[in-house]
Amino acid sequence: MPTPTFGSDELAQFRKTFFEECTELLADLEERLGALAAFSGDIESLNAIFRAVHSVKAGAGAFGYSVLVGFAHRFEALLDRLRDGKADLDERTLAALVAAADVFSALIDLARQDETPADDFGADVAEELAALLDGDGPARPAARVASEAPEASAERIYRIVFRPNAELFRHANEPLYLIRELKTLGTLTVDCDLSRLPPFEALNVDDAYLSWTMTLQAECRPAAVAEVFEFVDDECELTIEEIAATPAVQAEAVAVTPAAPAPAARATPTPAPATAARTSGATAGKSAAMSSIRVDLARVDRLVNMVGELVIAQAMLAQQFVESHDREDSAGLQGFEHLAGLTRELQECVMAIRMQPLKSVFSRMPRLVRDVSHKTGKEVRLEMAGEQTEVDKTVIEELADPLTHMIRNAVDHGIEDTAARLAAGKPAEGVIRLSAQHAGSNILIHVEDDGAGLNRDRLLDKAIEKGIVPPGAKLSGEEIDELIFAPGFSTAAAVTDVSGRGVGMDVVRRNIMALGGRVQVVSTLGRGTRFTLVIPLTLAVLDGMVVAVGWEKYILPLTSIVESFRPDRGQIRSVPGGGEVASIRGEFVRLVHLARLFGVHEAVDDPSQGLVVLIELANGSKLGIVVDELIGQQQVVIKSLQDNHDPVPGISGATILGNGRVALIVDIEELTRLNDRSDRAARRADAPPRPLLVNA
Amino acid sequence: MAEPQDPSSTGTDAGAAAAQTRQFISFRVGDDEFAIDIMAVREIKGWTETTILPNQQEYMLGVLNLRGTIVPIFDLRCRFGLGLTTATRSHVVIIVAIGGRILGLLVDAVSDILTVNAADIRPVPDVDQPVDSAFLAGIIAVGDSMVVLLSLENLFSHHGPADTAVAA
Repeated sequence: MPTPTFGSDELAQFRKTFFEECTELLADLEERLGALAAFSGDIESLNAIFRAVHSVKAGAGAFGYSVLVGFAHRFEALLDRLRDGKADLDERTLAALVAAADVFSALIDLARQDETPADDFGADVAEELAALLDGDGPARPAARVASEAPEASAERIYRIVFRPNAELFRHANEPLYLIRELKTLGTLTVDCDLSRLPPFEALNVDDAYLSWTMTLQAECRPAAVAEVFEFVDDECELTIEEIAATPAVQAEAVAVTPAAPAPAARATPTPAPATAARTSGATAGKSAAMSSIRVDLARVDRLVNMVGELVIAQAMLAQQFVESHDREDSAGLQGFEHLAGLTRELQECVMAIRMQPLKSVFSRMPRLVRDVSHKTGKEVRLEMAGEQTEVDKTVIEELADPLTHMIRNAVDHGIEDTAARLAAGKPAEGVIRLSAQHAGSNILIHVEDDGAGLNRDRLLDKAIEKGIVPPGAKLSGEEIDELIFAPGFSTAAAVTDVSGRGVGMDVVRRNIMALGGRVQVVSTLGRGTRFTLVIPLTLAVLDGMVVAVGWEKYILPLTSIVESFRPDRGQIRSVPGGGEVASIRGEFVRLVHLARLFGVHEAVDDPSQGLVVLIELANGSKLGIVVDELIGQQQVVIKSLQDNHDPVPGISGATILGNGRVALIVDIEELTRLNDRSDRAARRADAPPRPLLVNA
Repeated sequence: MAEPQDPSSTGTDAGAAAAQTRQFISFRVGDDEFAIDIMAVREIKGWTETTILPNQQEYMLGVLNLRGTIVPIFDLRCRFGLGLTTATRSHVVIIVAIGGRILGLLVDAVSDILTVNAADIRPVPDVDQPVDSAFLAGIIAVGDSMVVLLSLENLFSHHGPADTAVAA
């Protein structure tokens, strides 16, 4: 258990770090398992999984989580067997690996919560692992040995002397690239020998004069080092010698000179060289991973906030300067423009810190598809594209649930069962495509299946049956498709284990809208369904249009604005029950007055005297917002209103304008609902004042 | 920044530690003196125009930009049912932290800092009237006048009596 030499604070910190690492390793493990399922026998994936399990095991050992260590050990043994090619990666083994990963993850969770797992926890899985290990008896001891002496983590020191011939340069090779490649393996010190360099007059540009003596400290085998020079082998003089191995594990060292006494108990025989050759490539791959540092998210958030403040302060300063100075002061203005440019760039850089590839969400999907298709007995292939698309971390977290739900839906409801597919002349295997791409300040995520498509007749029947739509209602095809987003709507005939747990597409839409995004659906009967999510890259800034209403200024999200126009009186007519409709190019659009909704005084009431901003809502319908005038378009830093106040209907947030005043960001999706309510309230004669502070 | 001590405890633990003294900021609303726990006060600033929030209680005056934080401002006079304050530059906003939120209270003027022996805080006598008194935490005698201690928690709680209070 805890080593007494550390203070409890330090130990808690180490523990925290360990579990943070576990989370990352588990994510990687999960992803690799998915890859394994797709291309069986991928040695790199096996290696990665092995490394993940092994790293957790090492950490768990240090903290005394013995059950976890024990399980990890068995898991590792099987993985190692697979790596050595001594066991086959068949369906049974794969299933065992997946089950083992689940148990492994559960054990880590228990350890995190400081709970001791039950004695027989995961015993069935452990037995299955043992059974697989026993599969071919004689190989077992070897596998055990290998797993106890994990060569991957042995750190060695190599001395490399590299003297290129002129030939090397003539074949367009570049020593710098080789040295850089070496650097990816570990810590490298390079000494360049200039002694052969002739005086400048005598220098022949085609000849080779330089040589290098390098010391490499890395967790890789000699073969991996040699591999770097593979293509220049015969064009240089090369010596690679191992001068020391670090004491942790000293198996298979060529010329072992331990720097410290080795823990004798762990000394093990030399594994077969074949193993070495196969693992070396993988280790190189690991070290080649991008270098990064771990930073507390709170610090990044603070940085983002500070820069947001800076942007506002800069805008305020610039505005004051323009107001109080002669426009001729071009040097001052230029200075401000330069400052504005720098701040904007700084803001982008800071935002970029929070950006992460969507991969962390996407990587969970292959497993999901596998599970669900197994349960439903369908053959489904998942194709993914654009996993590297980067988006704000908070957005990624909020995307996991909606995407999981949509993918599950696609397998369960979207793709037909095999018999139906064959009958329709389709290949037995259904395809689901999940893709992401950037589009301006948004990302687009498509979830597409080649299944049966939405059956509009059935959707409409169901909606009528559920009372969502009045009987006999005439709906356009698109409107019917939209019904799947209606609350309480589910077409699954029976509640299955997979779908129909009471969470529907309405929740998906709500989640996406909470992110300031939209969901659209396009479906062709018999051909498939395609959902498109449009989501802002970040929740921290917004491209907005500043509009004036009376003395107040509001921000409308620019992405939703279609156009703005000043209607003629003839283009507007009021409809019974209060409310106005404007006709624009043959289309009728309902008008809402921001001034009336928000109770702003001294605002323009007649739309033909003000402006109508035409916006498109998430469901594709349009709405005309009546305002006094447009002030201009501006990127604003989103501030939460809810930090210090209860949510305000119709307002999604606030920002601070150049003059230091707060301006409210209009929640256009909620505007229609708000409108309905105030209409109803107005009809009541003695409408009481608005309800109080709305409960959070 | 340390969390403020729970101001709602004001008065309720009177007598628990007789020797203990507590500090309050006293301010004027109309002709009356009120006081709040000094630990809840973040800063005091002059009145500036707010941005109106739509469809709020009358006493909710809108929001201010306080160095990048959006702070809602409440009119205490109006909260007590005495009508809206016609705010001028000489009016004062007390910025307080309650239960993790920052908000501003518009008052007529800040008067004093009171150091009070906890034992001298008296409960407010029960008055049989519809106006809720949950936000009255106690009374202290200062010289020959009385200062009413306010429980900010109860004055602006998200649920509870405050919501049904003086709105009419």
